[in-house]
Amino acid sequence: MVNFGGWDMPVEYSGILAEHNAVRTRAGLFDVSHMGEIEIRGAGALDLVQWVTCNNAAKLAIGQAQYSGLMTSQGTFVDDLLVHKISDTHYLLCVNASNQDGDYDHVLAHNKFDARAENSGPRYSQLAIQGPCAKKILQHLTKVELDPIRYYHFTFGKVDGVECLIARTGYTGEDGFEIYFEPSHSEKLWNRLLDTGHSEGMIPCGLGARNTLRMEAAMCLYGHEIDDTTTPWEAGLAWISKLDKGEFLGSARLAEQKKKGLDRKLIGFEMLDKRIGRDGYPIRIAGRDAGCVTSGGPAPFLKKNIGMGYVPPTSVTVGSEIEISIRGQAAPARIVALPFYKRLQ
Amino acid sequence: MYPSEYRYTKDHEWIKPDGDSASIGITDYAQGELGDVVFVELPKIGTQIKAGASFGTIESVKAVSELFAPVSGEVTETNPALHDAPETVNKDPHGAAWLIKIKMSDPKEPGALMDAAAYQAYISEKAKETSA
Repeated sequence: MVNFGGWDMPVEYSGILAEHNAVRTRAGLFDVSHMGEIEIRGAGALDLVQWVTCNNAAKLAIGQAQYSGLMTSQGTFVDDLLVHKISDTHYLLCVNASNQDGDYDHVLAHNKFDARAENSGPRYSQLAIQGPCAKKILQHLTKVELDPIRYYHFTFGKVDGVECLIARTGYTGEDGFEIYFEPSHSEKLWNRLLDTGHSEGMIPCGLGARNTLRMEAAMCLYGHEIDDTTTPWEAGLAWISKLDKGEFLGSARLAEQKKKGLDRKLIGFEMLDKRIGRDGYPIRIAGRDAGCVTSGGPAPFLKKNIGMGYVPPTSVTVGSEIEISIRGQAAPARIVALPFYKRLQ
Repeated sequence: MYPSEYRYTKDHEWIKPDGDSASIGITDYAQGELGDVVFVELPKIGTQIKAGASFGTIESVKAVSELFAPVSGEVTETNPALHDAPETVNKDPHGAAWLIKIKMSDPKEPGALMDAAAYQAYISEKAKETSA
């Protein structure tokens, strides 16, 4: 067990490698109740969401979710999040556990619109069922037809008799679902899902596999690839930074940086020998310190050692060789295209 | 579980003395704490190792840990199998996954370390601390 954002959470159940590969080939169940929720309601709900986040929430249909960034006035990340449009006047934001209170204060501080914000984390538990067998397993416990729910869409319905928000989202790079429900049902639903998924090879997964899975899929982790010093351009998240949607928090700085150019850019690398480049290790290019590894470690499905980190944009050429400094020794690595892993549709 | 002819350290290494030579590895408790081992970095043959000092590193999926020498001596052999099969450390930590063999500077040195019963008492205390 480790303390994670104030929650006692298991790093692993049966082992990170087994859990990781179960999600890639069958299914895994994650208790992600630590994730925070903030709900925005009222006639000005969309205006508030649009002002504090960088993606274009006006494009969302009811029942659709999008990945976005909660922005500072400098165009850097207060947090990254999922924005769910429940109705024209109701949005559910799913945020990182450790940032929940700060995010809520930030949203309140910028609420110059006709909107109400609620820090509703304690009202929700969340379980993630992830992997190629996730749909089949979850379908056993619900009458809601899961097949028509497209990726990054959601609906409401009962799972084993419990009212849930059922979203086809995840943080693993696999198909899967994240379900949100009232916390008193957590233990029962967890056990029912595990029992139901057992014959399909589903196993419980901890924080360790959650991290290796998201890293293999090159998904950003707050405090690693992104924080309040990084902008979406630097993090390779231009696709969520919609300057054409109109003014929002940090949009002026983002426009400026886009025009001026970047000082650093996120790259992916793979190690060329057996050594492992980990979080915080220096990246060296042509014999000089060029940046730092933001996340690095074994990629259990790809059977390689991989990582991400920031380097000057002039160095960002896929195929070029770099070095990771490991306890004072230079280990060879190569810049590769992101993501490292992409599932076959 | 913990062989009686071995001696053990508080850093969870074991040593199996054999005359003035010895094999060194990590304990079953240590491999359990580390989780899936994916890489072991060992010293070159001929390296002098010093009791209590780091002689290499062992990496699991989640973390890097240092390996500490139970006694002083000179490295005479390193386990070649661990290069391609580091997971052996999880499967057989007290046997096939020995890390290094050394010629001890003082063959009496292991006598000062914990025996199997003392080590088992030590780790059951550890387990209580973590569950508290």
